[in-house]
Amino acid sequence: MAITQLSVFLENSPGRLAEAVRIISDAGVNIRAMSLADTKDFGILRLIVSDADKAKETLSSNYIVMETKVIAVKMDDQAGALNNILQALEKAQINVEYMYAFTGAEALSAYVILRVDDLENAETVLAESGLQTLTDDKLRAIL
Amino acid sequence: MKNYYQKEIETAPREKILEIQNEKLRKQIRHVYDNVKYYRDLMDQKGVKPEDIRTVDDIKFLPFLSKADLRDAYPYGLLGTDLKNCVRIHSTSGTTGKRVVAFYTQNDIDIWEECCARAIVAAGGTAEDVCQVCYGYGLFTGGSGLHGGSHKVGCLTLPMSSGNTERQIQFMMDLGSTIICCTPSYAAYIGETLAEMGYKPEDNKLKAGIFGAEPWTEEMRRSIEKSLGIKAYDIYGLTETSGPGVSFECEEQTGMHINEDHFYAEIIDPDTGEVLPEGSKGELVFTALDKEAFPLIRYRTRDICTLSRKECSCGRTHVKMSKPMGRSDDMMIIRGVNVFPSQIETVLLKEGYTPNYQIVVDRERNNDTFDVYVELNPDQFSDKVSDIQNRERSLEAAMRTMLGIGPKMHLVAPKTITRSEGKAVRVIDRRKLHD
Repeated sequence: MAITQLSVFLENSPGRLAEAVRIISDAGVNIRAMSLADTKDFGILRLIVSDADKAKETLSSNYIVMETKVIAVKMDDQAGALNNILQALEKAQINVEYMYAFTGAEALSAYVILRVDDLENAETVLAESGLQTLTDDKLRAIL
Repeated sequence: MKNYYQKEIETAPREKILEIQNEKLRKQIRHVYDNVKYYRDLMDQKGVKPEDIRTVDDIKFLPFLSKADLRDAYPYGLLGTDLKNCVRIHSTSGTTGKRVVAFYTQNDIDIWEECCARAIVAAGGTAEDVCQVCYGYGLFTGGSGLHGGSHKVGCLTLPMSSGNTERQIQFMMDLGSTIICCTPSYAAYIGETLAEMGYKPEDNKLKAGIFGAEPWTEEMRRSIEKSLGIKAYDIYGLTETSGPGVSFECEEQTGMHINEDHFYAEIIDPDTGEVLPEGSKGELVFTALDKEAFPLIRYRTRDICTLSRKECSCGRTHVKMSKPMGRSDDMMIIRGVNVFPSQIETVLLKEGYTPNYQIVVDRERNNDTFDVYVELNPDQFSDKVSDIQNRERSLEAAMRTMLGIGPKMHLVAPKTITRSEGKAVRVIDRRKLHD
């Protein structure tokens, strides 16, 4: 099952990231995980937050914000865990567009967030490999 | 019922217009020769006497005036009457760095306002209309010109001046403005703000807009028409010749009728000064036929356009000028290639981008750098960096096709390019600072 990620288009200049984060903070929304892709001119801030609707609403007045469906896969905190995930996807010829990871509240486990070119297929493949993916509801529960 | 403010002259047969022009020209040249020493000297240098000028065909013998002459003669050197007969001045914005001060007698102002009234009526204006003038008031001619024209038509006039967009919108909504007059970039901004405030184009009562004072493209016209739910009319003029209203568009939207009973237009080759035949593209030159205070003869506008006498479905018989392709002042020479901002705007709008853009030209190690910044529309956003970079590359390719030279494109976040409430600052040419 996919989860909701917010992507925010940011100008690559001092203070823009801080301002976006402040807006989220003022809205009382917690950031679970984030990654920032940047180029010389612009950045794309990707966020997993406690309340995506609320964060999107408050950010929208100042930023271009879009929802993206990404996969959050649970992995054990041990050597080879990420490799298993990527192997499964590679076998099914699914392309990973970007990824980032975060550790959850449970000990010895982490989550990797993946944006893939074929979401449905990726979910099936991961399930078949015995890997656990998160839903928005589950995400809320564990963090 | 066609929309004319002064039907008889606006639809007069060609011969009648010529007759008026010839008569006014003879009188004007005599008057200028006798009263404006600066121009008399130019005529003497060329060996032309007032009696040599019998018809508009003889105008080609007269010397040109350019912006440089206006600077040399600043402030009173081109005055055609005693200062005591003048009632007002206006001045150019100085966007090109050269400020011009123009003078007006009461009669000059009446004629100017009539010209603006013709434009308002051509756009469908009547005494029933509520005309919101959000051109700047003050030294700039935009506000006063349309304001006066609106009075002459009998519209309820809202002298808003430019700026304070939320207040503009509040008056527009509360008083039901039906006609709006401003620069096209400000109209685009008002449209954008209305949408942001949650208004749909049909929520306002506007039916027409009269936009001018800066170059704009056909694509920008369509975009403004859509965002405000109006028909957008072009108006042209320059402070040197009075202000807006030298020419204006009718409902055909295929060029602007020049008020030929007051202005005689020529198209010349900007390099040789030679008069070009009808339909040729070249520099627009105006002779004010009846201005008293600031009677410019053969003034070179630097605007590149064409003239057409093709019959117009609106019934007006006055010659039409095409939308200027850009002032030769606006033209940038980048790596040896002539580039007009209007060409860049055309590409951006055609590719679905906003008209919010800025061009930055600089020089690094003797090479010109050419960067164009444009705001991304929310629906063009993708959270993949490569998608956005592909957009930039494809815009660069489209620019290269149009211009013959490819700028580096930068997509930026909405609202990061400074909005203008008057004339938009489209070009930042830093090369001048180094010279």
